[in-house]
Amino acid sequence: MRFVDEFRDADKARALSAKIAALCEPGRQYKLMEVCGGHTHTIYKHGLEDYLPESVTLVHGPGCPVCVIPMGRVDDAIHLASQPDVIMTSFGDMMRVPGSGGSFFDANAEGTNIKMVYSPLDSLKLARQNPDKQVVFMAIGFETTAPSTAMTMIRAAAEGLANFSVFCNHVTIVPAIKAILDSPDLRLDGFIGPGHVSTVIGCRPYEFIARDYGKPVVVAGFEPLDILQSIYLLMLQLSQGRAEVENQYSRVVPWNGNPVALAAIGETMELRPYFEWRGLGFISHSALQVKEKYAAMDAERLFSVPGVRVADPKACQCGEVLKGVLKPWECKVFGTACTPETPIGTCMVSPEGACAAYYNFGRMNRNRVAEAGTVGTARS
Amino acid sequence: MCLGIPGEVIELHPEQPDLAKVNVSGVRRMINIGLLADDPPAPGEWVLIHVGFALSKIDEQEAAATLQYLEGVGQAYEDELTALKESLIE
Repeated sequence: MRFVDEFRDADKARALSAKIAALCEPGRQYKLMEVCGGHTHTIYKHGLEDYLPESVTLVHGPGCPVCVIPMGRVDDAIHLASQPDVIMTSFGDMMRVPGSGGSFFDANAEGTNIKMVYSPLDSLKLARQNPDKQVVFMAIGFETTAPSTAMTMIRAAAEGLANFSVFCNHVTIVPAIKAILDSPDLRLDGFIGPGHVSTVIGCRPYEFIARDYGKPVVVAGFEPLDILQSIYLLMLQLSQGRAEVENQYSRVVPWNGNPVALAAIGETMELRPYFEWRGLGFISHSALQVKEKYAAMDAERLFSVPGVRVADPKACQCGEVLKGVLKPWECKVFGTACTPETPIGTCMVSPEGACAAYYNFGRMNRNRVAEAGTVGTARS
Repeated sequence: MCLGIPGEVIELHPEQPDLAKVNVSGVRRMINIGLLADDPPAPGEWVLIHVGFALSKIDEQEAAATLQYLEGVGQAYEDELTALKESLIE
């Protein structure tokens, strides 16, 4: 309970806040991106932006795996699920993500059977129980989740299960960060690195950000003080002209990640030449596909998948939000046509999505929204 | 599915070395500990669980901090616990 208690002891937060303010150079604006949706959630829930000086802006990144799945892949999954003798399984978070013809929930209402599971291992159990059906697991997630899919595939192979397969939509975080760094829209000063992804990949994959782009990265924990501490560490690096990768979350994240998890991914999956991200477009080598060796478990080889590209809804500005160009409330449909109950864009679906997090927590303080909105517009 | 939730290892599966029973906020379920094969957790130790797999070992203090944080998250954690309750990993 130390961190929460420490946070409640708001003196510590204020002390960090003062230290951060003291590091700001007069007249300089700082934009720091928190890559992970979990961090976005904490920032809004605890109103952390109130602890930051006006010149420090937090930009919300693409690290919500549900939010980056393009509509075409949702359509493909519903197509797979509607094949005879197929049982599709999915994490609950995916169920409300809209495809061009509706979400998984909508498809179920029309007679398709997409079952919610907690773990890919639950899909494996369903496959054992239904030997006459093909059980297809809708695999989504960053490197945090890919090892679980990989371990499940290895287990299925060991058991000789012939009716379990994976519709692989796993994505990798580093190419997305690189795409953002290369994007002309945005000038960032540093990154709050993702926590759970880093338990798997470690801190080394971020070294190019410091080395090639000259931006500091601090891998951060999820509690409010973790994030303030990480912002302080970023600001300290910036004030000293340093660009390094630091690990604020070393109590959970090993510098070299989890070699067993990485080996499991390497055994079963390989990089795709390219993959479409919702709002970000096609990014090279940014997602995983099932390796030839596990072809019998690859739903994309077992079934014909339409693979039709569906443009994002025109009104939706998730792409700009995912890149951090727009704040959620600056989107034209935010909170009006697009709400957590009837999401248009994916950022409003998952509780980790920037729009849903902002909708649920940020609106509690209307004045702050108005001020932040004005400041945001004035700065851009 | 995005949450990492802390669980205390209660017992290891007698026959399957990659499975262990854990206690998560009073919910006892089987999870997979195969990703920690290099340094498997013992009963009484805490792990951070993601979609039915232990992702890393954590100490008790970190577990308590994370739990309190998650309880503050509200609905998303309740949904995760509900999903875990329905899970039947074996």
